[in-house]
Amino acid sequence: MSILQVQNLSKAFGNKYAVRNVNLALTAGKIYGLVGPNGSGKSTLMKMIAGLFYPNSGSIMIMNQKLNIESKEHVSYMSTEPYFYNYMSIKTVGDFHADFYKDFDMNEYIRLIQFMELDMSMKVNNLSSGMAAKLKIAANLSRKTKLYMLDEPLNGIDLVARKKIISAIIEKSNDDNIMMISSHLIEEMEKILDEVIFIKNGDVVLLGECEKIREEHKKSIADLYLEVYANA
Amino acid sequence: MDYDSSVPIYLQVMDAIKKQLILGKIRPGEQLPSTRTLALDYDVNTNTAARIYKELELQGICFTKRGLGTFVTESTEKISEIKDEMANKVIDTFIQEMSGLGYNYPDMVKIIKEKETK
Repeated sequence: MSILQVQNLSKAFGNKYAVRNVNLALTAGKIYGLVGPNGSGKSTLMKMIAGLFYPNSGSIMIMNQKLNIESKEHVSYMSTEPYFYNYMSIKTVGDFHADFYKDFDMNEYIRLIQFMELDMSMKVNNLSSGMAAKLKIAANLSRKTKLYMLDEPLNGIDLVARKKIISAIIEKSNDDNIMMISSHLIEEMEKILDEVIFIKNGDVVLLGECEKIREEHKKSIADLYLEVYANA
Repeated sequence: MDYDSSVPIYLQVMDAIKKQLILGKIRPGEQLPSTRTLALDYDVNTNTAARIYKELELQGICFTKRGLGTFVTESTEKISEIKDEMANKVIDTFIQEMSGLGYNYPDMVKIIKEKETK
């Protein structure tokens, strides 16, 4: 089942292209890694798919429907920026999401908050950056949707918490959905990825199944990453 | 589990499962975890986990009972076959590396004998 189709997608800021002529066809049941150094266009691409940036040209189809208010409901997008208000408690964050998204599953949220070793009564204001990151992931994965886009879910997170987040992602992925995860921490991510998308200066430079790429190039995705971006 | 970077991950997990079988940590005929649990145990995605069981099945190491799950072979012969196979691989690597250092067979045998008496 095709969940996301992107055709000739471009976005420029001023006269500089952030994303240029990107084509993607992502099918259900897979975990995709979107990798590339800072400023390569990962977040811009995700933001366009989430409907937050308007592309200069090209098209985005979600569940065989043009990106619009209806098809946008299939997307759970987690930005790198924290977006909760300081006065909120973890419980209010859940209620806030439940108000916004009809596919938000409060029981799942309660389970994930426990799994992440957080507490419903904690105030957003008092969370460490690692805790805030875990909260963001719990909130986004509590939706029951088709396309999860997590922008840098492992940023600023310690090793133990990273393991938790990776487990939560594996658990959440199933035959009906897609996980699209951007990260610089390739070494950590590569074992859970089905396919990887290398993006460089706004262009997709390599795309394919991780195991095949490892076999063909006789090296890890992380080593290949170093090679592709050595002169970036 | 730490993964070697250049070897496909499913092969590495397959080897880990085979080792558990050889060491008796998994008993002949025992039921293996679901693909989802396997995925979480080894931090791999569920497609990789499914592939691991498929490949193990092709090698006759495990089999699926419809609706019940995946089980390892009951054949102890098969298990000793896997053991020999894995031992041969280790020995081949050893010989190759030692040859690369300029050792011939009598030297290698001698070194191993010396280790035994220590």
